[in-house]
Amino acid sequence: MIVNRKPLTFWERLYLPAIVGGLKVTLKHAYATLFERKVVTMEYPEQKWAVPPDYRGAPYLVKDQEGHTKCVSCQLCEFVCPPKAIRITPPGTAGQPADRTNAEKMPAEFEINMLRCIFCGFCQEVCPEEAIFLQKDYSLVGSSRAEMIYNKEKLLALGGTHAGVQKWKLKLEEAHAQENFPVKP
Amino acid sequence: MDWNFIIFSAVKIAVVIGVVQGMVAYAVLAERKISAWIQDRVGPNRTAPPFAKHIPVLGRLLTRLGMFQPLADGLKFMFKEDFTPAGVRKIYFFLAPAIAVIPAMLTVAVIPFGSVLGGQKMVIADLNVGILYTFGIVSLGVYGIVLAGYAANSKFPFLGGIRSSAQMISYEISMGLSVIPVLLIVGNLNLGQIIGWQAQHGWLILYAPLAFVIFLVASFAETNRLPFDLPEAETELVGGYHTEYGSMKFALFFLGEYSNMIASSGMMVTLFFGGWTLPFWGLDHPAATLVSGIIHILIFLVKMAAFIVLFIWVRWMFPRFRYDQLMDLGWRRFLPLALVNILITAIILWMRA
Repeated sequence: MIVNRKPLTFWERLYLPAIVGGLKVTLKHAYATLFERKVVTMEYPEQKWAVPPDYRGAPYLVKDQEGHTKCVSCQLCEFVCPPKAIRITPPGTAGQPADRTNAEKMPAEFEINMLRCIFCGFCQEVCPEEAIFLQKDYSLVGSSRAEMIYNKEKLLALGGTHAGVQKWKLKLEEAHAQENFPVKP
Repeated sequence: MDWNFIIFSAVKIAVVIGVVQGMVAYAVLAERKISAWIQDRVGPNRTAPPFAKHIPVLGRLLTRLGMFQPLADGLKFMFKEDFTPAGVRKIYFFLAPAIAVIPAMLTVAVIPFGSVLGGQKMVIADLNVGILYTFGIVSLGVYGIVLAGYAANSKFPFLGGIRSSAQMISYEISMGLSVIPVLLIVGNLNLGQIIGWQAQHGWLILYAPLAFVIFLVASFAETNRLPFDLPEAETELVGGYHTEYGSMKFALFFLGEYSNMIASSGMMVTLFFGGWTLPFWGLDHPAATLVSGIIHILIFLVKMAAFIVLFIWVRWMFPRFRYDQLMDLGWRRFLPLALVNILITAIILWMRA
């Protein structure tokens, strides 16, 4: 398709109206910035943006409402992690038992290397115990590589409490119900 | 040789160079701030020395205005590694930044930046052929850029250098011709006398507005400012003639560009806007007291600052010209216009005489 351009009039060819128009536009913007505070800049450390609810930030371990570790050291997240950022040390046979009922074990050590993590959310997706969540932190800092490897205590402390369904509690109740099933005489 | 003359000249030179350098630093800041305002941003507002936050209100205000930014910029340029790429022509590579700065600084020498202060004329060199001297020096400015483009031994700087040489030569003609009506009206080449004439008869912009417009546009082209910044067109030539330069050498090109801007602002103020004079409150006579001498200098600086702001404002408003449009504008529009302007002025003056 050929679009025919209208030939410019003498007034337009003088170029002056365009200059005045440009000066007007720029002046309007400068005025709005200076006197009406219409600034698009967000001055970061002082002002921060609202993190959307589905944001995928740093993955942290969570505790349940009673303050117990939810992770059961199944190592599914370690297996699925694409950059191999997660390293779990299971308790072994002689290790510490889980700190909650209906769990066989909990990790002796749980490390996430935040330098490797790509915030993909696979760990959260794969976790059968809802023990790890990608949370809203996006600016992780440290002064050394070692500092950027978060251990279990740190992850649990940062993760906080998860107010979700306690799966094992439901199971416990179900089991009790099964046992106490009123048999008709 | 008069010792008084030497000492006073040396002091004046030192002060003027210091002031021009300071103005360059703060013109860069103004550039960044004004561009930010035009683009709805805030611009540099963080840089501050540690003691600034202990000053109650002023410290914060200066920090928000970015007043410490030029110091940081300068320090950064000083302490950066001075890297010389392999394959450059060393002598010219080192010579080019100096050649870019020196003419820009020399132009300031003939501009009267004030009337009289303590019995001294406020101009470094009170030449009888001030304007001729200026044009002679300004035309040397192109060598810095051309040499930089040649010495870098790289295609983008080379293209920038070529463009620059063509552009500057073209616009120098229009620029030179645009001033001739002014000289016809005043009948003198001494810049101090031109200001004196304007103090008596009114600013020359009223007598030769077309000459002013041509001079303004040509000085944009001469200083490689935005509608005509083809020698350093970032989108086309990476960085133009200074692509291969870094650290202080790059800063010298910057210094040269902004000094050129300041010098041509000074020229425009002197030629068309009455220099250090104001037509009221009796400020159009050479100062008798120290205070009025300082006021005259301040008037000149304010007028000059207004032009620098105009330079910056235009930069953030216009898209760049295409190369053939640039040449077309220079040769086929401004050159005939300037010639006609000379003719008309000459005829009017002849009819009156």
